[in-house]
Amino acid sequence: MDPAIPDPPVFPVEDRPVGRRLVLGMLGLGGLGVLFGAKVQAGLAAFLRPLTLNDQTGLAALLPSSERFRIYSVTQTMPSRTDAQYRLVVNGAVDQPLELDLADLRDRLPQTRLTRDFQCVTGWRVADVPWRGVTLADLLAAAGVSPGATHVRFHSFDGVYTETLTLEQAQRDDVLVAHEMLGAPVTQPHGGPVRLYVAPMYGYKSLKWLDRIEVVRALDAPTDPGYWENLGYDTDAWVGDSNGLNDAPTT
Amino acid sequence: MKVTVLDANDVVRFDRAERWLHWSNASLFLVLLATGMTLYIPALSSLVGRRVLLKDIHVLSGLLLPLPLLVAYGGSWGGGLRRDVRRLSRWSVDDRRWLTSGGRRGRATMGKFNAGQKLNAIVVAGSIPLLLVTGSIMKWFNPFPLAWRTGATFVHDWLSIALLVVIIGHILKALTDPVALRGMLRGTVPRAVVVREHPRWAAEVEAEGPGGTESRE
Repeated sequence: MDPAIPDPPVFPVEDRPVGRRLVLGMLGLGGLGVLFGAKVQAGLAAFLRPLTLNDQTGLAALLPSSERFRIYSVTQTMPSRTDAQYRLVVNGAVDQPLELDLADLRDRLPQTRLTRDFQCVTGWRVADVPWRGVTLADLLAAAGVSPGATHVRFHSFDGVYTETLTLEQAQRDDVLVAHEMLGAPVTQPHGGPVRLYVAPMYGYKSLKWLDRIEVVRALDAPTDPGYWENLGYDTDAWVGDSNGLNDAPTT
Repeated sequence: MKVTVLDANDVVRFDRAERWLHWSNASLFLVLLATGMTLYIPALSSLVGRRVLLKDIHVLSGLLLPLPLLVAYGGSWGGGLRRDVRRLSRWSVDDRRWLTSGGRRGRATMGKFNAGQKLNAIVVAGSIPLLLVTGSIMKWFNPFPLAWRTGATFVHDWLSIALLVVIIGHILKALTDPVALRGMLRGTVPRAVVVREHPRWAAEVEAEGPGGTESRE
């Protein structure tokens, strides 16, 4: 025997199979989390709301909670346009095509404020988001919709994303061309300087980085009815009544 | 099987299959954490973009995640791993003492793994099926009630954050311990360290003799 190694000591053989129990315990907790996590999360979000509302560090926004925006974009880089560069074009089947700068949208057109939830089709919701902008109805009225127009198509200056609404949907008073959200100018990740906000529908309708509003007589572009619609999402994206979901409607 | 007789001063800590498992698993976890964090943190999302590609990489790596463990455990090459899994799972009184005293007590009968290493392995092993199942519910949500999707997201998010902390701690511990690093990179550790710090494991190695599984590769 190697002299460096003393006689093997006698070890208590009362080892217990803790590992299996811990793994099974984790799986059990995880299962409970899947079943009841939605409720726990809602309670947690309500509990944390005083913190998250006044958070200056931005850290609270990183906590898993139903009440946080998740930023989605479909292109390689996030599109960027400064306030000074920004122009919004309204054209297509209209009497008077428009090209508006940010000052037109902020100061020269009637302003509407809305405080409504933002509900994503993937399950998260941010309650009571304050929005400010021009209703799409006011904008369309300023341009004058030509007879025979049926739909409105939206183009993003990311160059890829498009969306459509029927003319009737577009003229609702809770569909906004927004330049403010959460009490401040719309930030770049949220689709600034100007984005669409379609309050009664899932978030994919609320196109970000709004570049052009096109009034059309038929859906006939290869991009129609829209980016996610072409990947299988419903065209009429009513919250709680589309995409096989039954969320409570946004309020 | 090629048998290399090792220097009498070295003991095999992790055989080839175990090291392959560790590094495959580590690579997949790093890819998953990197893509997951990019999808999750708004500032990173806006910096990187390419959401669809990131999501595809994340889902694919996630589906691959259980494979290394199954392959390494199930094959004829899995003897060392199966033995270590038993060691990691079984806890002595001293393991509990070690854990509750923050590593100050319970060293006299230390086996191949301390209680912290055991806990790390157990948490990672339990996380794999949990992340796989919750991630699958998030991805293929249609057959499930809506609340399950939110619940699965809840579990997936919190577990990932906890696991990120565990993995950072694991890497920091490894980087400050050259012997541990050598054990996972080259497979062997000095016999003297085993005798000094892992008396119970030293006894097991000794009982096997020079032809035992832990004296060769």
